[in-house]
Amino acid sequence: MHEIARKGELILKDGSVYEGNFYGSHNAVGEVVFTTGMSGYQEMLTDPSFCGQIVVMTYPLVGNYGINPMFNQGRKSFFGGYVIGEMCDYPSNWRSEKSLGQFLKEQDVPVLTGVDTRAITRKIRNYGVLKGIIVPEETPQEEIDALMATPDVHDQIAQVTISEKYTLGEGKYHVAVLDLGIKQSILNYLQSFDCWLTVFPAYTSAEEILSVRPDGIFLSNGPGDPKDVPEVIENIKKMLGKKPIFGICMGHQLLALANGADTYKMKFGHRGINQPVKVLRNGKIVISSQNHGYAVDEKSLRGKNIEITHISMNDGTIEGLAYGDHLTFAVQYHPEACPGPGGHEALFQRFIEMMGGHKHAKA
Amino acid sequence: MPKLNDVKKVLVIGSGPIIIGQAAEFDYAGTQACRALKEEGLEVVLVNSNPATIMTDVNIADRVYVEPMDVEFLEKVIKQERPDSLLATLGGQIGLNLAMDLGEKGILSEYKVKLLGTQIAAIKCGEDRECFKETMKRINQPVPESTIVETVRAACGFGKQIGYPLIVRPAYTLGGTGGGIADNEDELVEIVHKGLGYSPISQCLIERSIAGWKEIEFEVIRDAADNCITVCSMENMDPVGVHTGDSIVVAPAQTLNDREVQLLRQASIDIVRELGVCGGCNVQLALDPYSENYYVIEVNPRVSRSSALASKATGYPIAKVTSKIAVGYNLDEIENAVTKKTKACFEPSIDYIVLKFPRWPFDKFVTADRTLGTQMKATGEVMAIERTFEASLLKAVRSLEIGLSHLEIPELRNLSDEEIKERIKLIDDERAFVIAEALRRGVSIDYIYDITMIDKWYLVKIRNIINMEKALKTQELTRELLLKAKQMGFADNVIGAFTGKTMMEIRNLRKGYGIIPTYKMVDTCAAEFEAATPYYYSTYATEDEVDVSDRKKVVVLGSGPIRIGQGVEFDYCSVHSVWALEEMGYETVIINNNPETVSTDFDISDRLYFEPLTVEDVLNVIDKEQPEGVIVQFGGQTAINLAGPLSEAGVKVLGSSVDSIDRAEDRERFDELLTSCDIPRPKGHTVFDAAGALKAAADVSYPVMVRPSYVLGGRAMEIVYNDEELKHYMSSAVKASKEHPVLVDHYLLGTEVEVDAICDGTAVLLPGIMEHVERAGVHSGDSIAVYPPRTLSESVIKTIIKFTNKMAIGLEVKGMTNIQYIVCDDHVYVIEVNPRSSRTVPFLSKVTGVPMVNVATKAAMGLSLKEQGYKPGLRLFPDYYAVKAPVFSFNKMSNVDITLGPEMKSTGEVMAVDYKYSRALYKACIAAGINVPHEGSILITVVDMDKPEAADIAKGFEDLGYEIIATGGTAEYIKKQGVHVRRAVKLSEGKPNILDDIKEGHISMVINTTNHGRDAERDGFKIRRSTVEYAIACLTSLDTASELQHVMSAMRRRRIVSVVALQDLNLED
Repeated sequence: MHEIARKGELILKDGSVYEGNFYGSHNAVGEVVFTTGMSGYQEMLTDPSFCGQIVVMTYPLVGNYGINPMFNQGRKSFFGGYVIGEMCDYPSNWRSEKSLGQFLKEQDVPVLTGVDTRAITRKIRNYGVLKGIIVPEETPQEEIDALMATPDVHDQIAQVTISEKYTLGEGKYHVAVLDLGIKQSILNYLQSFDCWLTVFPAYTSAEEILSVRPDGIFLSNGPGDPKDVPEVIENIKKMLGKKPIFGICMGHQLLALANGADTYKMKFGHRGINQPVKVLRNGKIVISSQNHGYAVDEKSLRGKNIEITHISMNDGTIEGLAYGDHLTFAVQYHPEACPGPGGHEALFQRFIEMMGGHKHAKA
Repeated sequence: MPKLNDVKKVLVIGSGPIIIGQAAEFDYAGTQACRALKEEGLEVVLVNSNPATIMTDVNIADRVYVEPMDVEFLEKVIKQERPDSLLATLGGQIGLNLAMDLGEKGILSEYKVKLLGTQIAAIKCGEDRECFKETMKRINQPVPESTIVETVRAACGFGKQIGYPLIVRPAYTLGGTGGGIADNEDELVEIVHKGLGYSPISQCLIERSIAGWKEIEFEVIRDAADNCITVCSMENMDPVGVHTGDSIVVAPAQTLNDREVQLLRQASIDIVRELGVCGGCNVQLALDPYSENYYVIEVNPRVSRSSALASKATGYPIAKVTSKIAVGYNLDEIENAVTKKTKACFEPSIDYIVLKFPRWPFDKFVTADRTLGTQMKATGEVMAIERTFEASLLKAVRSLEIGLSHLEIPELRNLSDEEIKERIKLIDDERAFVIAEALRRGVSIDYIYDITMIDKWYLVKIRNIINMEKALKTQELTRELLLKAKQMGFADNVIGAFTGKTMMEIRNLRKGYGIIPTYKMVDTCAAEFEAATPYYYSTYATEDEVDVSDRKKVVVLGSGPIRIGQGVEFDYCSVHSVWALEEMGYETVIINNNPETVSTDFDISDRLYFEPLTVEDVLNVIDKEQPEGVIVQFGGQTAINLAGPLSEAGVKVLGSSVDSIDRAEDRERFDELLTSCDIPRPKGHTVFDAAGALKAAADVSYPVMVRPSYVLGGRAMEIVYNDEELKHYMSSAVKASKEHPVLVDHYLLGTEVEVDAICDGTAVLLPGIMEHVERAGVHSGDSIAVYPPRTLSESVIKTIIKFTNKMAIGLEVKGMTNIQYIVCDDHVYVIEVNPRSSRTVPFLSKVTGVPMVNVATKAAMGLSLKEQGYKPGLRLFPDYYAVKAPVFSFNKMSNVDITLGPEMKSTGEVMAVDYKYSRALYKACIAAGINVPHEGSILITVVDMDKPEAADIAKGFEDLGYEIIATGGTAEYIKKQGVHVRRAVKLSEGKPNILDDIKEGHISMVINTTNHGRDAERDGFKIRRSTVEYAIACLTSLDTASELQHVMSAMRRRRIVSVVALQDLNLED
């Protein structure tokens, strides 16, 4: 991309303005969040969980190694907007097929570059996530006000899920996957564990899912507030106890809600690939990839047969739960990595064991 | 797991003297470790022979032993102190090797000393190539095809089997000493032969060369519960083939996609887990630029230069965490000292780019082979932090203090395009500059990449710098362009040079436009959490994070990269100055750019600015902080050089004034002072050409000391004995002119004496006087110094006190001053005065018990000696002797003459203390690594004028039972003096000759002096170099030889070695 940028700015709800160079065909409106991953920009860009958000990269140099389709996590980028320090016009990596700039143009993602991203991060850290817009310089105030007044979206899962179910791969275990905005890496991981998948749109009924007689059910990651999809929660309730269930991120939150627990919006969430999680069953620390703005409320678990299996070492929030009444467990973080560190295969292994007829398998 | 409760008293092994490959990073790591252990209420016993360190301060460890880093002495310390445990992974390779020796010799088990942290088996597996290879095979980690050889023949066999190029790495050596890349069998034979000699176990690893691959490092930390994190990834801009210590390194890795990062991260973690490392570990990997194939290059199961860099790059204190793990804590029990909110079990995320640039000693070793390869040659390094690569690189370049403000060496302009294109092929210290020059000439990125294999990402960034140069030259300097240039890291004076303006004009223009740097925090977490550390870097962004307090504050300038002549001593001084200011209630601000040092640890000063030490960068910080003033006298020549320009810019220089500094440095003004004080100095003249020089020499009489007036630190300084040599010097060594005069001084053959004194403007405190073993003419930094002096008469000492008083008061010194004298026939002459801290200050502070920097800082701030409770005058001499001996890194520098002279060549120093002088000197020699032979043959080959003295020394050694071997003239002469001597075969007399004798181990020490027409003396040069290659002692000053002979004689009568803790010295208070 050697397109000439216009001057542009990110304006936050509280009135703060950050100037930069604006590339893109349209303005951006969305919740402004930051992520601290130093690599993996393409995986983030295509992760459907970011649907509608304006994402600020804390690492200032973005696009260094270009773009390769193999890194895509979703069918497209669902970013509302992108805010970065410096975009690399001349990427260098043997896998690079195009520059980040080209990709963003193809994906029609509005971008603001040349920004003091640390300043924005500090703002969000101190005040919590804020709504924001990216507009060209000298946009009239009324237009800014109108954009800022755009109602918040609540249908992100509908935007990112698939329209038709499909099957994938071959293997010993049949997993019904509820696609709430699933990352490619999760599909790959499940297949690598000898699973074949039937992938369902988010709003598929429990009956239909169970009708394929899966060995287990997987609830994927996805964007937005879990409480925005009460019908999905109802479906999950109907499936509880019927088959082993494994959930990641949004799947984790929905499972908690389906089990009568509560979720809440975090101040600025966890987004990065360096997040320490404590595995309470063995006291070990694992470093994980995370991307979530909501969490399960610990207080809401009281009196329920739900075990907290993982917590964040940074703030003590819940990172994993196991349900004592069913073969059901979930994690808030991303064991499928991409981007970020792996080493979480044990979780997938546990799911496999649950499906493998181990009668005594524990959630 | 909580702290191990059977650990009460920990022995920490330091890394000894600074040598190439093992520098100040271990003072940083060791100091952090000792403090971390003391924090736990543990008693810390420290052994480190290097006095120029913070870690050997009596307040850092409970018991400090400045003793040789040697099993015999360590055993004595263990016996005396009976520690229950040992921490060895913080003292570099030396520390590890010693721990292994102590383990193997059964000393650890005999005294029931438990090794903390990483265990011997893991250390060995990281070190022993065969074990390492097998371990890697077990966990499916690829290593390049390799073999271990103990003979040259086996090496050649392997070469035939897998082909060339091959890399040779001798086992158990530092910084790859003696290694190299062989492109054919002849080269292989040569390198392996040498390598076997260097390896203490006579082993070399030969492996397939993967030169040109990406070199990536990970710093990994693992605890006993098997929690494992990586602190950061680092990418060498220079691909595999150049030692990582000689590479430009960036953090985090820039050209790897996430999949590659995770692949190598996971590999590093798997390796560290398999080895069972407990604490910090460095893993080096090579990644094919065109596939996901990689190889594990090596693992260092200890803190290292890279871990120091990673710590400073991220804010994560690896040494501290390693120490806590060693005493039983797990990562989730250790606080993140930076955020104070999170724990140490996380992986730092950074939001800037860090660049490390090595500092090489080729300015001092002009004849050295400058090519870079597997043998590390840098003495130090600088680090820069910025938000673009370009700015990081340019900041680093101007931090180096190599006379450059920009990525441009003016001399390269004289080369033709063809020559430049050819020069790119040379892998040397100037390669980055040559690449920039090539890009300036329009050479394509592809062409440069094909030759250098430096990733195009970096080359494009360098081209961005060149494009900016062009823009500055051709476009109007608008606010926008100026801002862009600043964001790209261009210095004001560089922008000025491209636009025909001065630095100050650009500075004012810039400030007028409101373009001022913002300071951002290094916080380990990319601002995700609020952090408490006051560690900042500048960048031209929008938000500044520094909340300037209204406390009274002082800026202390650091000393930049470690180089010959300016080592870790000055960092010691800067740190102590900060501590003194803190005691006085000041807020302290440090500016420095050396990642290896204690001064750049985040909890030393109230604020740390990691910045180049240039006028612009320092003024920017001063603009921001508005301090009462700046202290320059502890940051070596780096800081002193800034005093003038800072003062001109209106900054208050605290302590001795800029005028004082100038009066000491300016020859004429200094002469005026001496005349007014009636203090003699060797007669001399300033000359502008050869004729003038000859006239001057005739006037002052030979021998004369000649040097250019415009260089410091003894560069191009020589002692010349006759007209012929003088003519040669004037025509080849210097370019004399009106602007660059040459100084011709009479050379006095006398005893050199050095004084560090503290003056409050009216009274002078002399903590001690040091006498040098080597006569004047050997650079003071390369001399063995003895405290208290042994040969000076009372009247001489009185004169020295008087002169020191007169000069310190005459120069209006406020703070520290260093004065060098020559004592000749009981007359005292002054050679040099520097109104600043010197390299002997840490040594003298330790052996006199006077906290010299503390007192001097307070004096500089206006507290009189009296107010501080110090009596002026010379402190009483103690009842023990302390010896400081220089340490050299000649085995890392091929083609450098090891003869001592007026140019400083040592990289570090050691100290030894004993109640008997001979024992102190003996220990110092051992600590300095002088391979003192207890029997065998000594080769003596000296110039004519040295023969009488050499004969006496020969006689002494003969009496001790050594066989004396000498070359023709020397042999004849000393034979006449009644010494039995075997005549050696000179190189010109055929084979086998002296060199073969040395090679075959028939000679155990060489005493050699040279006349000063360097090139004329190839034989001597070859002999001296071969002593380096075959690790035998070579004494090039008869003074050293004579002292050593006396010591050997004393030790022969009764060899007693003892160890003493600094805390036990009977210091006068």
